[in-house]
Order: sequence, then C-alpha cells, then structure tokens
Amino acid sequence: MADTLLTVADLTMRFGGLTAVNAVSFEAARGAITAVIGPNGAGKTTLFNCITGFYKPSAGGISIAHAPGEALRLDHLPGHAIAKKGRVARTFQNIRLFGGMTVLENLLVAQHNRLQAATGFGVLAILGLGRYRATERDAIERAKYWLELTNLTERADDPAGALPYGAQRRLEIARAMCTDPLLLCLDEPAAGLNPRESAALNELLLTIRGTGCSLLLIEHDMGVVMKISDHVIVLEYGKKIADGTPLEIRNDPMVIAAYLGEGDEDDPDAPIAESLAESIVVPMEDAP
Amino acid sequence: MKSLSANLKDSLAVALVACLLFGPFLGLQLRDGDNGNLALTPRPELLAIAVGLTFIARFLMLLWHDHRPRRPPAAGLSYAMAKTGKYFAPALLVVAVALPLIPGIANSYVDLGVLIMTYIMLGWGLNIVVGLAGLLDLGYVAFYAVGAYSYALLSQNFGLSFWECLPLCGILAAAWGIFLGFPVLRLRGDYLAIVTLAFGEIIRLVITNWVALTGGPNGIDGIPHPSLFGLKFSMAGGPGTFAGFLGIDPTPSQRTGYLYYIILALALLTNWVTLRLRKQPLGRAWEALREDEIACRSLGINLRNTKLTAFAIGAMFGGFAGCFFATREGFISPDSFTFIESATVLAIVVLGGAGSQLGIVLAACVMIGVPELLQSLQIYRMLIFGLALVVIMVVRPRGFISTRRPTVSLGHAKIIGAELISEGRG
Repeated sequence: MADTLLTVADLTMRFGGLTAVNAVSFEAARGAITAVIGPNGAGKTTLFNCITGFYKPSAGGISIAHAPGEALRLDHLPGHAIAKKGRVARTFQNIRLFGGMTVLENLLVAQHNRLQAATGFGVLAILGLGRYRATERDAIERAKYWLELTNLTERADDPAGALPYGAQRRLEIARAMCTDPLLLCLDEPAAGLNPRESAALNELLLTIRGTGCSLLLIEHDMGVVMKISDHVIVLEYGKKIADGTPLEIRNDPMVIAAYLGEGDEDDPDAPIAESLAESIVVPMEDAP
Repeated sequence: MKSLSANLKDSLAVALVACLLFGPFLGLQLRDGDNGNLALTPRPELLAIAVGLTFIARFLMLLWHDHRPRRPPAAGLSYAMAKTGKYFAPALLVVAVALPLIPGIANSYVDLGVLIMTYIMLGWGLNIVVGLAGLLDLGYVAFYAVGAYSYALLSQNFGLSFWECLPLCGILAAAWGIFLGFPVLRLRGDYLAIVTLAFGEIIRLVITNWVALTGGPNGIDGIPHPSLFGLKFSMAGGPGTFAGFLGIDPTPSQRTGYLYYIILALALLTNWVTLRLRKQPLGRAWEALREDEIACRSLGINLRNTKLTAFAIGAMFGGFAGCFFATREGFISPDSFTFIESATVLAIVVLGGAGSQLGIVLAACVMIGVPELLQSLQIYRMLIFGLALVVIMVVRPRGFISTRRPTVSLGHAKIIGAELISEGRG
C-alpha cells in the first residue's frame, strides 16, 4: 500500500502463560478504514489495548507516521500520551462515558489538553485573564460540529448517562474525535445497534474518513465490515490468518474455516460469504 | 402488597435482634451484692417492653411501607434545593456576614460561628478531593495539622506574623499533599482510604514524638493572635491595640468578630476558587476522573497530574484552615488532630452531598452546630445527634444536595440527578 499510517510489527502480548496476541504484523493505510475481525477470544481487543497504550506489549513494536516517512513508537509512550502525542483515539466495547456530565461536557473533557494549555496553570483562568475564554469558545464550536455530525445537538445539555444506547455509542465516537486524532480505534461500534442505527453509523464512519482521519475497527457485524472497510485483518487464537480486501477475505478458505469450523461441511458450494455475513452478528463480549 | 405473615415474620426477626442487643443492657443490671461483691439482677419486664416496642414499631413501619402512596423516585427536594440555591446561597451569605454585627449577640454564638465556618472551609477543601475528584481521603486532618504546626513553628522560631505565615502554610500543606499523593496514585477505593488514613496517623505520631521540634504531647503554647494592620486585639487596651486606636473599650467580642471575618474570608476564597475551577478544564477533568478513570486516560488526560493537583489544592485549603486554627486557639497539641477530625470533615462532605458547596454548608451547621446547641440536653445530646444522622442518611442517602449543575451549556442548563452521577471509586 502506498502510504502507511500505522505499522504493527511482530506484536506479542502474553498474560502469564497465555499468549493473547502472537507475533501479529500488519499495516493500516492513511485515510483508510481497516477492520480487525475474528471469533470471540481471538485477541482483537488485546491488540487494541496494546495500540492504545492500555497494555505494554510483551514484544514487538507499534509505530504511527504522522506524516509520510515519520515514525513515532506508540509502545514507548506513557498511556495518556497516546491520545495527546500519538494522536490515536479510541472507543470502548462497553461504553465508557462520563454519565453524570452533560453531552457537551463530555466533549469538552476530550479537549482537555488544549484547553488546559490556555489556562496558564489554572491561575490566569481563575482570575479571568488570558486567552482561556477564546479557547473555550473554539472548543465549544468544535464540540458543536461533532454534535451536528452525530445528530446529538438536541441532547447537548442532557446528562450522557440518560441517552439511549445508540446515542451513547455516537457520543463516544464524537468524544474520541474531539481529541483531534489521526487514527480512531473503534471497538465494536455497531454492537447492540438496530439496522437503521447501524446504517447511520456506516455513514458517520465514512464521514470521519472523509475528514482525513483513518479508522481501525473491531467489528462482528459483517454488514458494517464488508460495506465500509478498505482492508480487513483476520485474527484467530492470537495469530493473523488473513489480510486483504473485503472481497479477498470473503473467499479466503482459512477465514471461512475459522468462523464456521473446519472439517466435512455438507455443502461446500453454499454461498458461505452470505451466511458469514448473517451468522456472525455476535453479542458483545464483556472483556474490557 | 406483601402478605401479613411475611410482615409478621420480618417483625419477629427484628424483635429477636433487638432482644439480643437489649439483653445485656436492659435485661441485666449490676448491683451491689453481699459483702462488697457485685450481683446481677435480671430485669425481664424492661427487656420485654423494649422488645415489644421494637416489634410493634417494625410492624407498623412495614404496614406504612405497603400502604403509602407510590411516588416517582425523582428526588424532588434535591431539585428544589438546587433550584432555590440561587437565592438561598446569597441569603445565607448575608446572614453569615451580618452575624457578628447583630446587636447584643452573645460572644459564644460568634465563637460557634467561627467553629462552624472552620469546618465549612475544611469541608470545601476536602470536597475538591472527595466530591469532585472522587478520591476517598481519610487523612485530611494531616494537612490541617501541617498548616497549624507550620504557623506555630514559623511564628515561634522566626517571629513571622499570621498574615506572612498564611500563604506559607498553604504552600507547605500543598507540598505535603503532593508528597503524600505520589504513593497513592495507583490505589483505588478502599485501599486509597486505608493508606490516607495511615498518613493522617503518621503525621500525628511524628508530631507527638518529635519532642525537640514540636514539644510533643505538650504542644506549642503562646501562638500569637492575628493583628489588623499591626493593631493587636488585647484586653489591656492602650496604644497599639485595636480598642486603643479607636478609643473604645476593649471587649472579647472584638477579637472573636475579627477572627470570624478572617475565617469567613478564607472560606469564601475556598468556595470561589472551587467554583471557578469547576468550570475549567482542571475541574472538569476531576469530575471526569470521578466518573471514569479509564476513559480519561484514553482522552489523553494525565491522571497523575490531575490527581496530584486535586490532592495539592485540597491540602492547601486544609493548611489555611490549620493556620487559622492555630492562631485562634493560641495553643495546639497533637490531640487536636486525631482521626475523628478527618472523620467529621468527611462526614460533612458526604452528608452535604459530595460535590455540592451549599450542601456542605448545611451539613457543617448540622454536624457542628447541633451538638453545640444541644449542650443543655447533656447526656442525651449525642444520642439525638446520632439518631438525626441516621435519619438524614436514610431519607437522603446521597446527602442533602446530591444533584449536579452542569459547568457549561448550549441552551438552558439542566440539573443532573444523583442517579446518574458516579461517586468515584478512588
């Protein structure tokens, strides 16, 4: 591929005797949607937690190229710097919003670092001096922009915890986007959404790609994966078993075996890809 | 509606517990027996009455519970209080400012006002750590002690005045806040509470045992009282004193009034800084930390710095309050900084509704004012006080004001109900 944003090289993550991710290497292109799929327990979320700094990988490296030719090692950054310096944002499989704060406040917390830099160590802003007011106005404008895109403007002053499920998912994406990332990692964004919401999510993800942000998503909903992703990576038992365009993945015998089980199928000519798309809409796992 | 038999069974169980509890206290009495020995006299009638009353009370309570009209769980009172807070808070402020000026007010009431105001300030300081950042701190008294001893030692050894020491006490306490904050950054919930509790005790033990510096259990005496632009508040009158300067008779209420306004100003400073910080990135980050630490981290918020600033700023106000305590009392000893002080301040924060400034004022008035005002009831005063606290926590489990007002809004700010607000786990 032409322009690589994220490079994962021989990434291994062990928990005691269990190897959750085993020497996985892949690249995610700039301006593309890359999907990571695989059966439950394949190590997808662990891979995500390594990329977003929640786990320190046991071996291997992760680097991001903010501009072509650059390389910043994400696995060398402390956890909170992944979003700040690495410009990688993420959402969570089990939604993690600030439930007691309003939708707008959630989006302002996401812009904490930029806002905090304008407060002059808090002192100037307490006294009402400096450029804090202007920075906060900017931050609210940015929040409004993402509220508009996620169709949440009406709910801006409602507590996030009171939103319906689908809206909470959208808010989490908006909040991640407010950190101004180059790479947005989505952990099962379509889980628990109805078909209409799922279609709207596809639109939203394509819009985000349009703004120049690349996406990396874990998803079980093949409708989402096959429709919008440019590149698909398949994991099984912590290993990468396939890597290619959605069409290639659809017809990859290893992938089909991973999802449907190996051995003597009664009807090898069945349109497996279609059944794949329908059968693999799995409910949420409850791992972090 | 639950069946009658279930209610009866429940009441019987409660009566059994009451029987076990009351048994040794009411059922048995120690008396002087033969040749100087003690003898036990059983009092079954008294025990029967107590257990019977418990049974009836429990049964009636269950009956009322079954038959009372179902209300929506919305915390009506809380919303009403949060709404009227707009008028209630300024009204309280007017009362607070005018208190020492009320003609003929007894000095003891102003003195009580000083005490309550000190606890309001401590409550507001601890509120930053517990209410906003959601970090359970059981050792807040440590910073109170650091402030008090800082002033006592600086004034005794270097002859610094109260006003010179006040900022130094705040800075020293904040430094200790950061110093003690570092080791507990990774701890959460119960573990954080245990370690902060230990820190509070360590500070007190060091003060008690470092006799050469702090005078140990004997404390430090003769701490100077604050002056007003160099004018002392002395009973002797004469030139150089407040009364002598104005040419009036010196009275104790002049000094009490002055102390009252100092602590009022300090408390209002605490309140103002907290209210301003809440509307800023730092304050929002604290609240976000209370809501979800992992999400904070994913958004690039430096958890270490955010927690340490909460500890430091909370400790700073504790240090100010400690400095004031030392100058007011004129004498400090380790006895003033026991765990019960931390517990009282924490109780004020929890009772007020963690995060609510107005709630803490009400809670401090209840926690400090009520036992003082009930002095005349003597031995029953703590009984009534304890009962009142239990009733308050049953009726309002999340404190007086458990709602939260958003820090920013696009249109009309809506008050957020307690059920959505996380209490933080550490």
